[in-house]
Amino acid sequence: MHNSDKFKIPMGPQHPALKEPESFVVSLHGEKITNVDIWLGYNHRGIEKACEERTYVQDMYLIERVCGICSHSHSTCFVQAVEEVAGLEVPKRALYIRTLIGELERIHSHLLWLGVAGHEIGFDTLLMYTWRDREVVMDLFSLLTGNRVNYGINTIGGVRRDITKEQVEEVLKGMDILEERTKYYIEVATQETTVIKRLSKVGVLNYEDSLKFDAVGPTARASGVKRDVRHDDPYAAYGEMDFNVITDTHSDVYGRTVVRVLELMESYKIVRQCLKNMPDGPITVKAPRRIPAGEAISRYEAPRGEDVHYVKSNGTERPDRVKVRAPTLANIQAVKHMLKDRYLADMPIVVAAIDPCFSCTDRSVAVERPGENKEIMTWEALSDYGVEWHRARGLDFGDLNNKLKKRLEGK
Amino acid sequence: MGSALFSILIFPGFLFVSVFGLIAEFIDRKLYARMQNRVGPPWFQTFADFVKLLGKEDIVPSAANRRMFTWAPLFALASVVTVYLYIPLWKAESLFAFNGDIIMVLYLLTVPTLAFFIGGWYSTSLFSRIGSVRAVTQLFAYEVPLFMSILAAALLADTWSLADIVIFYSAHPVYTLFNLAGFAIAVVALLGKLEKVPFDIPEAETEIVAGAFTEYSGRRLAILRLTIDIEMVVGSSLLVAVFFPFGFVLGPVLGFTVFMIETVAVIALLSLLRTVVARLRIDQMIDFCWKILVPLALFQLLLNLILKGVLAR
Repeated sequence: MHNSDKFKIPMGPQHPALKEPESFVVSLHGEKITNVDIWLGYNHRGIEKACEERTYVQDMYLIERVCGICSHSHSTCFVQAVEEVAGLEVPKRALYIRTLIGELERIHSHLLWLGVAGHEIGFDTLLMYTWRDREVVMDLFSLLTGNRVNYGINTIGGVRRDITKEQVEEVLKGMDILEERTKYYIEVATQETTVIKRLSKVGVLNYEDSLKFDAVGPTARASGVKRDVRHDDPYAAYGEMDFNVITDTHSDVYGRTVVRVLELMESYKIVRQCLKNMPDGPITVKAPRRIPAGEAISRYEAPRGEDVHYVKSNGTERPDRVKVRAPTLANIQAVKHMLKDRYLADMPIVVAAIDPCFSCTDRSVAVERPGENKEIMTWEALSDYGVEWHRARGLDFGDLNNKLKKRLEGK
Repeated sequence: MGSALFSILIFPGFLFVSVFGLIAEFIDRKLYARMQNRVGPPWFQTFADFVKLLGKEDIVPSAANRRMFTWAPLFALASVVTVYLYIPLWKAESLFAFNGDIIMVLYLLTVPTLAFFIGGWYSTSLFSRIGSVRAVTQLFAYEVPLFMSILAAALLADTWSLADIVIFYSAHPVYTLFNLAGFAIAVVALLGKLEKVPFDIPEAETEIVAGAFTEYSGRRLAILRLTIDIEMVVGSSLLVAVFFPFGFVLGPVLGFTVFMIETVAVIALLSLLRTVVARLRIDQMIDFCWKILVPLALFQLLLNLILKGVLAR
């Protein structure tokens, strides 16, 4: 049984290696992987559709919840698109604050990734250390924005909170601590024998394949592709920042680790520049409730790679269409290729190395082939179907709804 | 008869070694946590875990072979507890010492791994099966250097009896220095036997959930965990008895105390090692054992053979 190709093990939807439900069906030949079937879709939340039902300001908070790690990336990306449609000139100080929060987010995301990578290769000490240090940056978030995860600092036309002198001091102190620690992690990741053994030559994605699969972010940069939206198409205040785009030529998981730890050092540099050069002035301009008709695409370099948002407005206070392309959607295609002829033991780290966020990626797409007649339900039909389905099972809220309606009208 | 039963069931048998095993697990976990900058569990945590597991629902998968699934943990537990009766604790002779007991000790220490294999295999889950195959694959890699390093020490003492090894090294403490390489090999191989990082490949959580133990729950899991704790104590005690048996010349009470301290020191060394490394892959592990540990162990054997010739003169 063990030596036949039919030995398929289900990694997921529930598995200790996974942080979110998704399914990888791995066909094994001994310890070697012969095929991987990737099934996503356990996390679809219909956020794009929900955005069409809400106003732009509400959407901003909803979009921030696309991802728990790069929440600022998504909200900034969305806000940038809306501002472009509305033709708003965002104050410089607001752009600097956005950049600052964006870089702090990259620091927390990369530290988190380093810990997860350590855990996937059984090096829990690295997990405990990096997550301890990640608390430094999480505390800075709560100091600067009032929140640890969904910062809610963006608003259409600027940011909601200013930064005081004392906060600047605190952030600088935090950066000094983290820089010291990061130097140690660079040493661990590049010198510890067992770590190198587990990372190098694993999940190889060479330069050509990286372009072919359209990899983004650290995954692409580790294959030598010099691609970084912050550098290529500067947004916020990145045009005025001096930083290097880190690339590596190892093209494997080791390269992705090196890129991420070195990017941490660049982020400290950007944060310091941000705080030093932050101009004075207002932090927001007044935004109209109704955004004029138009459409815009906005790009943002999230910690995991390029994030793309598309917003189409129809002149009302609600968008006509919002589309999110999270970085994982670009990277996940390459995973199957990376896992070719690898060992089962490499599977968790190869998947983790693209820093996947499946809930950001999940979407439903209806494909209609010619000659096929698929029924597409409208929103009302779906609602009616739901009511009928429950009524058939003895659950009827119709009376209660009518009563509620009457009572509300009575007032 | 009564005293034999007392030895087997209470001291130094089942009860004592179980409690010591749980304490050892606590020491291991606490040190591991402190070295990772965590607080770690309180002292009674391992006991609480054990009692809690005993009270939990005990599920046997419907596809599993019930008899094998139940008996494998008991076999493993029985064999590790038996080993402890053959380890010298307060004087050179253990309770039931006989000439050749070191072979039996090594043999009985292999039984738990085989029992885990059988338990995992017959629980029929995919994860269990991969885990148990890995456990046996790993067995063939670490067992050889472990045996070679321990038997190299026995070779120098010119005996197959643990008691005589203890007497020999107590009389000539300097000779233990020649066995330091052997001790290092044995500690690394013991990590493999105890399935700890970097050799926790058979129960690699992020790959195959809990390996051979995936389907176990409740009482059976409690027994398995106790077995691993006791295995850690027994393995460490064996290394102390073979490589550093110094305390016994001081009399039974001090001798016992020194022996316990040395055992705990070996357990601490195991925790330190598992803190600082990542898990290897099964192919890397086998490469490491056969290409580095085995040649080193052969070197140790050769050294001891030459030494023996020199000393005999």
